[in-house]
Amino acid sequence: MRWGEVVRRLLLIPPTLFGVAVIVFVLLRVVPGDPIAMMIPPGASPEDILRLRVFYGLDQPMLQQFVTWLGQALTGDFGRSISVHRSVFALVLARLPATLELALLATLIAIVLGLIIAMIGIHLRGRRAEWVVDGGVGVLLAIPDFLWALILLLLFGVLIPLLPISGRIDPQLDVTFRSNFYLLESLLTGRFDVANALLHHMILPSLALALPFAALVARILKTSLAEAEDQDYAQIARARGFSRPKILLSEVFPNALIPTVALGGVQVTLLLGGTVLVERIFSYEGIGNMAIDAVINRDFPLIQGLVLTFAVLFIALNLVVDLVVTLLDPRLRHG
Amino acid sequence: MVDLALAAPVAPQARWIAALKRGGARLWLGAALVGVLALVALLAPLIAPHHPLEQDLMSAQLPPAWVTGGEAAYWLGTDSLGRCVLSRLIYSARTAVAVALIAASLAAAIGIALGLIAGSFGGWVDQAISRLIDVWMAFPPVLLSIVLAAVIGAGLTSVIAAIVVVDWTRFARVVRAETMVQLKRDYAAAARVIGLSRGGLLRLEILPNLVPLVVTLLSVEMGIAILVEVILSFVGISVAGDVPTWGGMIAEGRQIVYQAPWIMALPIGCIIASVIGFNLLGDGLRIVLDPVQRQ
Repeated sequence: MRWGEVVRRLLLIPPTLFGVAVIVFVLLRVVPGDPIAMMIPPGASPEDILRLRVFYGLDQPMLQQFVTWLGQALTGDFGRSISVHRSVFALVLARLPATLELALLATLIAIVLGLIIAMIGIHLRGRRAEWVVDGGVGVLLAIPDFLWALILLLLFGVLIPLLPISGRIDPQLDVTFRSNFYLLESLLTGRFDVANALLHHMILPSLALALPFAALVARILKTSLAEAEDQDYAQIARARGFSRPKILLSEVFPNALIPTVALGGVQVTLLLGGTVLVERIFSYEGIGNMAIDAVINRDFPLIQGLVLTFAVLFIALNLVVDLVVTLLDPRLRHG
Repeated sequence: MVDLALAAPVAPQARWIAALKRGGARLWLGAALVGVLALVALLAPLIAPHHPLEQDLMSAQLPPAWVTGGEAAYWLGTDSLGRCVLSRLIYSARTAVAVALIAASLAAAIGIALGLIAGSFGGWVDQAISRLIDVWMAFPPVLLSIVLAAVIGAGLTSVIAAIVVVDWTRFARVVRAETMVQLKRDYAAAARVIGLSRGGLLRLEILPNLVPLVVTLLSVEMGIAILVEVILSFVGISVAGDVPTWGGMIAEGRQIVYQAPWIMALPIGCIIASVIGFNLLGDGLRIVLDPVQRQ
């Protein structure tokens, strides 16, 4: 990606987000289903219902509602949640760190695991055992993250109860945090017992998110390694008497990394999207779990805010990946 | 290396047999898994030992028959309302197959149409469709289908609508790119030279060349559609509550996972077998239909 392309992509972000906002907004309002009906106690008078509708602006025409919402959103005010009665911005901000920590841990696990599998695969290249690795990668890839979540929950939560299967931290553990980045904070402040408890809760959900992604990294990296290994420079290095591991690490690996980041990076968004369900399965308190609650409660402002949050994360991730590829690939740097 | 002298013209039949052989184990295993799924769905009332909604509270949460405490009448045990797990698994296959067939075909039809239009017209039409795809790709797909299904309301139609609305981009993106590639090929230029109209060119020349790609995508999409239906019914916003679904069974099983883990494990097994079946079938078909490898 050339630098002009970066600027073009940056300029495309506001219209894309605007499109997302419009679609969600319209979608939520053209269909039947009254959020107010979900929150009133039985026996509320029609006046009370009307007052609530006016309070949340639901009595206005749709275009008016959107203009009001957009005007407030531009100042950072995303409205108040109908089901939790708090500012959407504050709610999302409080939960987002939990999801980011989970996604980050999952990405780390996926990269390390993917590297290891690719290395084993390339080491076995041409031998019969290679298809075991390839087949395993195929299975890892075919089963999506939420099924892995259920399988891991059954295996290591129930059959061999090694790990907790719900929540972010043990409820009986009495700790207070200053930020909502529990794991980062406990690691930075040296409270390793707390970090350990947090990690125990995060291992299964993050592993579930990581497995398909690790398989993808492994497959792309192994293919690129195999291609790079057949190139002249690798053959020459071998002819000069360098050992195979040395050639793989110092000559082949850097060149195989570019397609891996480019192709694999795009898929990080899939991992992020997967948090919605995986968090639900493990009752992990992130924005994904919150989004499902918001949908079930027909909490329009909260759904709107959460979908936009995901959209911002998706677009930002794609841009970062493209930038990293540009930085890694010397051919693209001078466009 | 292919010895050209030996590559004499082959009879079409022989070519098909060769192609099917090339599909290999993947094709056969995939076709077998998908075939079993389709048969089970089709014959559900004949092969299910019980009605899926028939409750027997006296024998609730029975383990599978071969485990101690199991009963021969309930091969795979019962759930917390004493309903036969095997029968519920069998009837759930009907929902899965219906959703897979209808949703995937509709998503394919819309995606292919828009992809062809974008790829062949270019210019502002392509720009408009591409921007639409961009906006779509900015949504987390799972969340979008959950929101859609929730707002449309429970029912098979809403599940299908949710899948089609979310997944048409898979087809549109690939078909658009492939149409552009094919239109640059010599044969497309030749067809234009002999005076074929744009519509004729697309229908007679481009579409047949897209078939391998689309068939593969379609097979994979059917697997995805099954997964989305599972997700929606797991969250509790799929078909009506009394229709058995694998996702619904998993959600119920999650509540009592410590007491009766098999209730959750069995539908997971069915889903994995179906999804792997559709993936293998797609892989196998791609190899069989690939025109480059056909020679």
